[in-house]
Amino acid sequence: MRWFWVDRFTEFVSGSHAKGIKHVSLVEEAVDEYCPGYPFLPPTLIIEGMAQLGGILVAEHFLFDKRVVLAKVGKAKFHAPAVTGTTLEYEVHLDSVQNNGGTVTCTSHCDGEIQAEIELMFAFLEEGQLIDGPLFEPDDLKGMLQIMKFFTVAVDSGGNRYPKYEKLGQDVTSV
Amino acid sequence: MALTEDEIFGKVQSALEDALGVDDDEVTMEATLVGDLGAESIDFLDIVFKLEKAFGIQIPREELSPEDILTNSQYVQDGVVTADGLAELKKRMPWADLSDFEADPKVQNFGNLLTVGDLCRYVGAKVND
Repeated sequence: MRWFWVDRFTEFVSGSHAKGIKHVSLVEEAVDEYCPGYPFLPPTLIIEGMAQLGGILVAEHFLFDKRVVLAKVGKAKFHAPAVTGTTLEYEVHLDSVQNNGGTVTCTSHCDGEIQAEIELMFAFLEEGQLIDGPLFEPDDLKGMLQIMKFFTVAVDSGGNRYPKYEKLGQDVTSV
Repeated sequence: MALTEDEIFGKVQSALEDALGVDDDEVTMEATLVGDLGAESIDFLDIVFKLEKAFGIQIPREELSPEDILTNSQYVQDGVVTADGLAELKKRMPWADLSDFEADPKVQNFGNLLTVGDLCRYVGAKVND
């Protein structure tokens, strides 16, 4: 099982924000088994989905050159359970970045109503910290981004659609 | 417009409450960030982001964490900061009260040095410059 907690990107503007959607389905083990008899998407996995969108937003800002990890959940407020059959619309905004981390603020909406508000902080692993080398092989990360339709909707820092990144093993000479 | 000491303390207090999950009465000027308020290394990054946002300032990493001095053999011998090192720290961190550290300048003691008051003085120096 791949650890995807966003179904796809719907909007991505480099250095600004990312949007994505997550369908809540009864077939998902975590949804079915988290609270037997009352299926809903566990809040921690909503945070994970936000972290995936936010982590990519932060990583892309540095052209995927940083090893970005979720370091802290600053605030997490859930207004309603994410029950089966609904679609969550995630929106993540880049608040601030430094050369050793970044912060984002996130919202989840369901049927136009606010469902969750979350603040996350990411840190960048320094060389030799925890593990050596990249957290993802370039092809794996590129593949995951393709599956989540990142390249279909993304706009890079130069305002270009269908961006390419050297760190993902893409040929950037033609951009 | 210059901020008063009370205004600065209020914003620092709020940032620390958010970052560390502590109560406002715990955040006193004398409280140490690590020993009294339980800050861990990753919290310092969070505190920096919150102070930058609250005060509209930039906080370069080396200003609050002089790791380059504390890992420099020119300034540290046998785990103890030398007189030259202390002079460098005072130059880098004029807002910090280093008197306790000077009495026992082991590098390992530096981690629990910073107080809420130090942070307020640091921010005050930046915003009221």
